[in-house]
Amino acid sequence: MHMADALLSPAVGAAFWAGTLGTIAYCSKKLKETMDEKLIPVMGVLGAFIFAAQMINFMIPGTGSSGHIGGGMILAIILGPSAAFLVMASVLTVQAFFFADGGLLALGCNIWNLGIYPCFIAYPLVYKPLVKSEKTPSRITIAAVISGVVGLQLGAFSVVLETMLSGMSELPFVSFLFLMQPIHLGIGLIEGFVTAGVINFVKAARPEIFEGVTPEHQLSADVSTNKILVGLLIVAVLTGGALSWFSSSNPDGLEWSVEKVFGRPELPQKGRGIASALKSIQEKTAFLPDYGFKKPERAEKAKSGPSGPLVESGKSVSGIVGSAIVLAAVLLIGVVIRALRRKSA
Amino acid sequence: MFDSEYFNLGYLDTLSYKDTLIHRLDPRTKLVATLAFIVTVVSFPKYEIAGLLPFFLFPVLLFTLSDIPVKFILRKVFLVSSFAFFVGVFNPLLDRQAVYEFYGFTISGGWVSFLSVMLKFFLTITSALLLVATTSFPGVCHALQKLGMPGVFVTQLLFLYRYIFVLVEETMKVVRARDMRSFGSKGKGMKTFVSLIGTLFLRTIERAERIYLAMLSRGFTGTIHTSRTCSFSITDAAFLATAAGALYLFRMHDVVGYLGRLSMGTF
Repeated sequence: MHMADALLSPAVGAAFWAGTLGTIAYCSKKLKETMDEKLIPVMGVLGAFIFAAQMINFMIPGTGSSGHIGGGMILAIILGPSAAFLVMASVLTVQAFFFADGGLLALGCNIWNLGIYPCFIAYPLVYKPLVKSEKTPSRITIAAVISGVVGLQLGAFSVVLETMLSGMSELPFVSFLFLMQPIHLGIGLIEGFVTAGVINFVKAARPEIFEGVTPEHQLSADVSTNKILVGLLIVAVLTGGALSWFSSSNPDGLEWSVEKVFGRPELPQKGRGIASALKSIQEKTAFLPDYGFKKPERAEKAKSGPSGPLVESGKSVSGIVGSAIVLAAVLLIGVVIRALRRKSA
Repeated sequence: MFDSEYFNLGYLDTLSYKDTLIHRLDPRTKLVATLAFIVTVVSFPKYEIAGLLPFFLFPVLLFTLSDIPVKFILRKVFLVSSFAFFVGVFNPLLDRQAVYEFYGFTISGGWVSFLSVMLKFFLTITSALLLVATTSFPGVCHALQKLGMPGVFVTQLLFLYRYIFVLVEETMKVVRARDMRSFGSKGKGMKTFVSLIGTLFLRTIERAERIYLAMLSRGFTGTIHTSRTCSFSITDAAFLATAAGALYLFRMHDVVGYLGRLSMGTF
């Protein structure tokens, strides 16, 4: 459920970036105060593990849609909220840079949606109270599934909120919500069961990891990182092996529901967000305001009547001519520079 | 898919160590310029097409000035474009209101907004990829730190990045070894696969431990220190000023319309 640049307005993107950066700063400070630095290499390796696990998509039964695990809950349970959040943030950052997964503006939202909710809400407020002190496998399973669902539901709600605030979607808030939440209920359940499997496995193989952990300091220095990592390795292999069978090339949950959202028949453009503010500035400053091809209002005015007047050909032509000139000029610049460079080389 | 994506990651890394005008720019300059570019592109409304076209000047200039293979980046953009495509492709189906008539052709709002989404995706994704293709990831991390990102997080990014490459290299070796020892489908089963990955991960962890111990003995205290220096030169200032000016011009003024009218007027 990666949020995408194109669905965001700059103001919403910036707001979530601010929240995300604040949390990164808080977690970094907290880690610096409490941790032994042995946690840093472990965090790096765990990041690589989550990175790999997230690339595996699996089919969600009955929906024709697919999803991948978030991994935030697993990290939170093993590393504690602060370290887990930083690992999630780093994984999403590398994904955004190298696979353009979502994009750089949407990265703030994605870290927020997939990091904050599992690490700072689902884990401390749901998982921990449910597990309490008696950590039996069934208890862990119940707690992991419920907290997984809670985390994903909050994340999905957040995606709806971000899209709505950006003013890019035409779908009413409630309809979008009814589209998103059930899908992510399924994803949350699966995420929960995967998390439970991982935690129970690690716990069975290396129970000392979970013994005597305190909230602030989950990994104590005397627990060999090797032991933990062997457990995680097995889990990684199991996850990878098992889930790759379910891998599918279908779009994941968000894509699936956004398809249904984008572009309804009637399109009243809401004058919201910084985009419209910038737009009004543009209209005021444009030196050729009366011009056909590009202005969306014009398009909307045209659409207001059932078979209303369309944009006249003449104006479209000048727009298309202008576009062609710009594209040709851009290409020409590229070709010329390349030729010049070859010559000088 | 999995392998090729990781492989591409390595190639992007290799590209980032070229020595061109763009590569030599301060990482901070490129990071700031890229973010400004993305925000400007995204700030266009839903039905914008013409206004987005001048922005293609940026990737074209960066491609040519930095000697980045166009095909490679375009293939990567195409790889991730499925998301944009699935988002946008339903617009023409759902939004059938005609907005333009062009010599008998009727174009619906859905097609316009679909094209607009695809253009935005192309521009934002290409610019992000060009950033890492012209700036080494440690450079980006360094820039992030200089711009105020906490050191612990930057260290975490660097570690994650390092481990990805270690894992890939080991995997390639082990996979090659397995292929040489297996016959047909024999030896390529799940059981072998699991134990292969297991060994691989163990080896990686052991290496990480060795690196960590080596770092400890060299005084590692939780942050990675580099001799890398960021120097904001006159070139950087000129680059930023030009980029800002061009972004402002393309965003606030109707360049395409002006050129179109100008050329129509001369006929």
